[in-house]
Amino acid sequence: MVSLLRNQKVRNALLQVLYVGSLAALVLAGIVIARRNLADQGITSGFDFLYKSTGWDVNFSLLPATANDPYWWFFLIGIINTLFLGTIGLMLATLVGTIVGLARTSSNELAQLLGRTYVDIFRNIPLILQVFFWYALITHLPTPRAAHEAFGMLLTSRGLYIPFPNVGGVALALAILAVIAAIALPVWLGRTSRLSQPFGERSAIQLIGAAAALACAVLILIIGRLPDEPFIDFPALQGLNLRGGLRIPPEFSALAIAIAIYGGSYIAEIVRGGFKAVGKGQMEAALSLGLSPWRVFTLVRLPLALRAMLPILANQYVWLMKATTMGIAVGFTDFFMIVALTINHSGQTLEAIGILMAGFLAINLSLAAIFNRINKAIALKGNQLRG
Amino acid sequence: MEMVVVAPPAPGKLEDLKRRFFATPLQALLSLISLAIMVFLAWKLLNWAIFSAVFTASGGPEACEAAAGACWSVIAARWRIILFGLYPFEEQWRSALACVSVVVMTVLSCIPAFWTGRRIALVWGTGTALYYLLMKGGVLGLPYVGEEAWGGLALTLFIFVTTCLIGFPLAICLALMRRSELPWISRTTGIIIDGVRSLPLISILFTFAIVLPFALPQWLVGDKLYRVILGSALFFSAYQAEIVRGGMQGVSAGQEEAAMALGMSYWQRIGRILLPQAMRNALPATINQFVISFKETSLVVIVGFFEILASGNAAYGTGEWRFAYVEVYAFIAFIYFVFVFSLSRYGAFLERRMAVGER
Repeated sequence: MVSLLRNQKVRNALLQVLYVGSLAALVLAGIVIARRNLADQGITSGFDFLYKSTGWDVNFSLLPATANDPYWWFFLIGIINTLFLGTIGLMLATLVGTIVGLARTSSNELAQLLGRTYVDIFRNIPLILQVFFWYALITHLPTPRAAHEAFGMLLTSRGLYIPFPNVGGVALALAILAVIAAIALPVWLGRTSRLSQPFGERSAIQLIGAAAALACAVLILIIGRLPDEPFIDFPALQGLNLRGGLRIPPEFSALAIAIAIYGGSYIAEIVRGGFKAVGKGQMEAALSLGLSPWRVFTLVRLPLALRAMLPILANQYVWLMKATTMGIAVGFTDFFMIVALTINHSGQTLEAIGILMAGFLAINLSLAAIFNRINKAIALKGNQLRG
Repeated sequence: MEMVVVAPPAPGKLEDLKRRFFATPLQALLSLISLAIMVFLAWKLLNWAIFSAVFTASGGPEACEAAAGACWSVIAARWRIILFGLYPFEEQWRSALACVSVVVMTVLSCIPAFWTGRRIALVWGTGTALYYLLMKGGVLGLPYVGEEAWGGLALTLFIFVTTCLIGFPLAICLALMRRSELPWISRTTGIIIDGVRSLPLISILFTFAIVLPFALPQWLVGDKLYRVILGSALFFSAYQAEIVRGGMQGVSAGQEEAAMALGMSYWQRIGRILLPQAMRNALPATINQFVISFKETSLVVIVGFFEILASGNAAYGTGEWRFAYVEVYAFIAFIYFVFVFSLSRYGAFLERRMAVGER
């Protein structure tokens, strides 16, 4: 026996079996105990509860939701809410981050100082504190009767009311797709059209493509408008309440603003790092070719910087997507809050935690896959790699 | 032959200013816009925070609410609840001392003279023990105060310190196991690390605080505070393990081979050759991770702890100070800022300091 233990191979095998076995035993024991504890409370394990109606409501949903809907529908709503908030937050954060990052890399010292102050302040205050702050700020706005008004929008303690076209849901979705196409088309055309074409012609094709897609979007909206209603629905005071327009609840706007500002400060640093990574020689070469400063920026500096910052940016996006779970702090029904509510109301603890893990794994993996694809598409190819 | 060197005329102040900020029309425009934004924001902020602010609580909340600027008297009236939470009033000096001990410990561990494994362990061990004794009491004539009464800044610092204290050794273990040559150990550890990293911290805290008691035998459940600290330490260690692993990859393979050739055992190789160099490589990222995890202690407010953010919510949440939320949040943000900013500045200093040794 002792001689067997002296054998390196046997020892290694034993060690591995011990490690994996004890971990598995821990997890299994936990599950067994949890099932027994839950059974004592009269909760049967299994995923049957997914088809029962919830009996509670969500305060924010892009899809129709009532208390009679089953749990699986609520989980779907939660995931869509998380993705929706995440996407809006990411876009705003990228916008803020690009502006601040460009200010930090600009040759103007005052703009640099402004950018650095922004980053230093907002990066060093926890996100959840910023969420609380914006939420308190918005819920302390005046009541609908005394609402602040600007450009047809109404700012009240019940949320932000914005004018919104009176169109059906399908038409709206199609129009959004068309707008996305309007952004994606020029990029795609720019990639596929022959490089030998003169630059002016290429950008003309891109412009036409974008314009056509935008026209499509407007056309869809006009066709899909609801009959007997004004085309654009302005919010207005009616009695004690506000009618019309689209209401953006305070929970959503507080989270979106906080993610945009906090995420923006991180993205600004990534943008700055990306621009710093562009070699000085390449810019000088571009300038010496006689390109205008704008062309140097869009054709040389930006693509090279983008290539350098994309992998870090992808990590940051995954992080920001996970940050939407702060929704529970102010009562926004994101995926995590739906899971927490499910545990509270149905007691299906293990199943709900399993769904939570699976959901976030799926979100993270798909984000990573998307960015890997983009990264591969713009990475240096072939033998141009040099030290 | 003698060369006559003519120095260019030294640029005057005005010329210098012109060159730096008004070289081209575009630059001038940018400078003016930046300056306008800065002056506007600075004026607004100063006006709110100082010129039209009320500092004393003499007039009471009503007089304060009427003021145009900030109402700092809410802080004067409520600073004790923000900093110490529900800790017994007469004993709050202990909470303050405990905070001081943690701060002193952190400052000491930033000094290079303390950067040996034994010294740093000693500093952190004594600091945490001192904190625990002061907060909990029950000995040396200090009245006993249970964990449920801990709160405010002291609780935030405690969670941060214990998270690092448990998480750091755990991170090194995880990193070593992940690079183990035994495939099952490295693969399983990899799954654990990646699994934890893919989850949001809030969901881990929630699981440890609320779900875990179901899955544990009665005698193992323990206080919620320690479960949450364990969860947060696990999260910290998963991230830190990847940082340590990155540092290990930066150590050239020859180092370990040389150690092996000298006949060093595994633990000697790890403890004397690999880890010291790996930690040096990983130091900037490690400081960054400390900064992040300090900010993330604020998330425990969601699982119902009375740390500084929750006590801030309570400080303005009650009746008469309801309007003064901006001041309270500004105060808490300032406290966080002081801690986080000094830590990250220290990280930047370390990076510069280490760049000196690079060849």
